[in-house]
Amino acid sequence: MNAPVLQVDNVTKRFGGFLALQNVELHVNAGERLGLIGPNGSGKTTLINCISGALFNDEGSIVFEGHDITRMPAHRRARLGVARSFQIPKPFRSMSVLENLRIPLEYAARSRAEHRSVTDEAMEVLEQIGLKPRAHENSAGLTQVDMRKLELARALAAKPRLLVSDEAMAGLSSSEVDEILEILLALNRRGVAVIMIEHIMRAVMRFSERVVVLDAGQKIAEGTPAEIVRNPQVERAYLGE
Amino acid sequence: MKGRAFWASIVAVLVAGLILTQVVSNEYYFNALYVILQGAIMAVAWNVLGGFTGYVNFGSAGFFAVGAYTSIALGKTFGQSLPLPVMIATAAVVCGLIGLGLGYLTLRLKGVYFSIATLAMAIVFETLMNNWPFVGGARGAYILTPDSHLWFNSYIEMLFMVMLLLTLGSVAVSRALNASRLGRGLAAIRDDEVAAECAGVPTLRLKLISATLMGAMMGVAGAPYPYFVTFVDPASAFSLFVAVNAIAMPMIGGTAHWIGPVIGALLVGTAQQVITVTVSSELNVLVVGVMLVLFITLAPQGIVGLAQKYLARRAR
Repeated sequence: MNAPVLQVDNVTKRFGGFLALQNVELHVNAGERLGLIGPNGSGKTTLINCISGALFNDEGSIVFEGHDITRMPAHRRARLGVARSFQIPKPFRSMSVLENLRIPLEYAARSRAEHRSVTDEAMEVLEQIGLKPRAHENSAGLTQVDMRKLELARALAAKPRLLVSDEAMAGLSSSEVDEILEILLALNRRGVAVIMIEHIMRAVMRFSERVVVLDAGQKIAEGTPAEIVRNPQVERAYLGE
Repeated sequence: MKGRAFWASIVAVLVAGLILTQVVSNEYYFNALYVILQGAIMAVAWNVLGGFTGYVNFGSAGFFAVGAYTSIALGKTFGQSLPLPVMIATAAVVCGLIGLGLGYLTLRLKGVYFSIATLAMAIVFETLMNNWPFVGGARGAYILTPDSHLWFNSYIEMLFMVMLLLTLGSVAVSRALNASRLGRGLAAIRDDEVAAECAGVPTLRLKLISATLMGAMMGVAGAPYPYFVTFVDPASAFSLFVAVNAIAMPMIGGTAHWIGPVIGALLVGTAQQVITVTVSSELNVLVVGVMLVLFITLAPQGIVGLAQKYLARRAR
């Protein structure tokens, strides 16, 4: 097995007196597809906020490709190669779809970019995602599924080594879920490690090589999808006693 | 506007200004134009932080007045013969630093909280000036206009040309910023700060650059003011009207594009001057208010937004 690209150790995050994450350990190997699941409020989004830098954890450390990024601001993590998509799409509304991709291309990926035209590179990403016909439309007017694709496209334009996809499929139809899944799998085939947070079990089980389960801020289980569905603790967390 | 056309129009406006000083002898026109151009610089400056970056500043009058008081303090210290460009440059540095400091203290605040902090800053500086006898304190300071006015027929004609140069300079800076990588980063911050940060945009640094630039440009607009009015007191320099104009002009012109505040300033500024002369000097305040309400309710993207919508419809 390769060395992990991401190593999260003993991460604890408090909001006032509420313990959102408690001594969470998590690692992602190079090129791995990791599923992160858990009931609502279990701390999944808090954990990826700590990984992407939107929040700072109170205790513990986060190491990405050998760099300690625990106290690093989010934009520098993005430059190192940590990209994320948001659960509720956050397009740059005053810009077209193409212009949305210019931002990560010119900022996050600048130091690692090949010297080509930004527009060409953005078009290439849109092609991969299947948003090319929408390139010059205003991003605020996109449909839900295209909005999700734009989220992924923008994350992709940052040329990540690790992509954190936060519920990219919530509320989509079955065929749309397949479309997004296919995009993530294609991305992974190009060597990008992916952490997928999802409530749609069909998608998580099909996508993940390994699944981590959070409940009430603690990691309660870890294993292959087949092991997880048979795990009694996971069943208890989701369904109660 | 393409690069060549833009610079050609800059030169054309400058030449037109020079011709004006030779052809028109009635000094009133230069007074009126000075006020309009001052509004234009303020509007362009406000738009750098307010329009491009999305942080609404209510304290514009604070920066403007500190710019004016920088000139007064320099004049009192080194004598009135100090060249105007030196005063303008010093005001730019002083107000730029205040913008940087204000940004560092308050740009972590979001939305209306930031706006309130800028308003408070203006009040702090007004209180300071009220209690600083060296620059006249609450009684105000008289400034003698220097005798020399280069090759111009009068001092006001020279001031008008100075203001025209400064305006064109600010417009050029604002346009370059709007089209740059930096400008796109600012637009990303305005649209969604968290998403911008996650796309690699160093949001705090960009906001500080934006606030510094805004402050410096407003200082530049204020620096020649004492020589224009010859009497400055805190009540007039920190006038709410300056701050309101700086917000109203970009809002009416359109905030997302660099040309918006220019159009807004020319329109509102000219309307104010015409109304002051033909109707009453009190009514012009009402006019800005009415125009602002109309635009915010009917055309929130301003005149530029209306034009873009019209062009888009015609293209289809």
